[in-house]
Amino acid sequence: MALLSLRGLVAGYGGITAIKGIDIDVDEGEIVTLIGSNGAGKSTTLRAISGLVRPRSGTVAFDGAAIDRLPVHEIVKAGISQVPEGRGIFHRLTVYENLQLGAFQRSDAGVASDYERVFALFPRLRERARQTAGTLSGGEQQMLSMGRALMARPRLLLLDEPSMGLSPILVDAIFATIRQIREQGATILLVEQNALMALEVADRAYVIESGLITLKGAGAELAKDDSVRRAYLGEA
Amino acid sequence: MTPLFLASTEVWLDQLVNGLTTGSIYALIALGYTMVYGVLQLINFAHGEVFMLGSFAGYGTLVALGGNDLSGGMVAVALILAFLAAGGASLGTAVAVERVAYRPLRNAPRLAPLISAIGVSVLLSHLVDDGFLNGGAKFYPQIFPDGDIELGPLQVTYLQLFLMGSSLAMMGVLYWIVQQTKTGRAIRAVAESRDNAALMGVNVNRTIVVTFALGAVLAGFAGVLYGLFFSSIRGSMGFLPGVKAFTAAVLGGIGSIPGAVVGGYFLGLTETVGRELLNEIPGVNLPNQWKDVIAFALLVLVLIFRPTGIFGQKESKRA
Repeated sequence: MALLSLRGLVAGYGGITAIKGIDIDVDEGEIVTLIGSNGAGKSTTLRAISGLVRPRSGTVAFDGAAIDRLPVHEIVKAGISQVPEGRGIFHRLTVYENLQLGAFQRSDAGVASDYERVFALFPRLRERARQTAGTLSGGEQQMLSMGRALMARPRLLLLDEPSMGLSPILVDAIFATIRQIREQGATILLVEQNALMALEVADRAYVIESGLITLKGAGAELAKDDSVRRAYLGEA
Repeated sequence: MTPLFLASTEVWLDQLVNGLTTGSIYALIALGYTMVYGVLQLINFAHGEVFMLGSFAGYGTLVALGGNDLSGGMVAVALILAFLAAGGASLGTAVAVERVAYRPLRNAPRLAPLISAIGVSVLLSHLVDDGFLNGGAKFYPQIFPDGDIELGPLQVTYLQLFLMGSSLAMMGVLYWIVQQTKTGRAIRAVAESRDNAALMGVNVNRTIVVTFALGAVLAGFAGVLYGLFFSSIRGSMGFLPGVKAFTAAVLGGIGSIPGAVVGGYFLGLTETVGRELLNEIPGVNLPNQWKDVIAFALLVLVLIFRPTGIFGQKESKRA
């Protein structure tokens, strides 16, 4: 049984229906990526999973239980953390306070060692722990956003465009981190416009167009698919 | 040698003490406005009535425990119980108002909760004035000993000293809660972005209620201090201090906690020391009643020249 499964999911904002009935499965330990162009419905899919957008119909099941009617904080408690588009860090709080908020739902003894784990993954955050997060560079803010999500020890990590607005070197660093996180056993659903990088790191991939899934398969396979190469990998 | 000022040194020092006394009350009330604005971008215009009901709860407690006959150690016990009753009454009022008048309008246009806030404000003040007091007033018992204490060059009454000291202590506790506790972090996170706070697992609705509750407890405490200092209380008593404290919050930068405190003291001092300064101008002699004119002129000036206030920041960006 899949850890996460979406069935016939429809969601949108106001008069706009951004996703029009999609099915996605993510198994435990997998990296699954959802690629597509701007406005195809990628972010709405993630927001419907984390509860920020209420599905109009269809179901979201996590670990066998329906979560599509739970409030956002209950979904976090169930084990899903989202790194939102635009990073969503708290600019006026310190780096350390941002990480503390990541562990907001936890009271277990492992929290202390998880700060060390995050600092080992992102040494820059340790150096800047006492700074207000608004003073960080774009790349550092992305690291903070990912580190903060890891502080929840999620069973499923939702990453929304982690490479957006970053220089090529930083994009490489972020993807190296994604590999590292998966080696530690995490399950990831990754939304990306940078299809090349996303397909390289993912076990399986879905292509979304105008709110519908048009293709799915193994990451390496889709990277070879002609239509994918034309549409998303910039080949004529 | 001609003196530098027309008014004597004693007058200046008295006005300084008066300014700090009323400034303490403004600051305590202003904190509630600024914190609720921080999380909801809502001006809680019923906050003055939250303050008023706290004052009445404190009054009822003091009278029930003996009123003017209180003496010795019983004064301290009665004061603590009055503060608890006032904090509780204000908290209950604020939480109920949030649930009934604001939460159902959370996603309505911003004018709607503003109107409902004003409606609740008018309702509560008239309920007390017309429903219970029939236009009369109640008078706080005099429980503090007469006489002044000398603090260096300053002459202060026992009541003024207690008022200033206890206000500072309460503001210190609030600051500690907001800066150092998990609840405080949740409040600051919700103030920056409700969605992102929810993604951390913060229960946003509960955090908003806690914010109302904290501001209300401070307003209830301020209600007791106001009653002890000005003696007469009535249903409409919340209006002027409420609007003044709102002015203080805007002055300091609405949404900012240090801003509300600085704005409160600044307004208190402007009304007293500022009026005295204007009286130094030849031909000017403003009586005490002019303090309200000065306060609201200041509000207008701030809104024109520095709408973000002393500590104000631009509207936080929402991701």
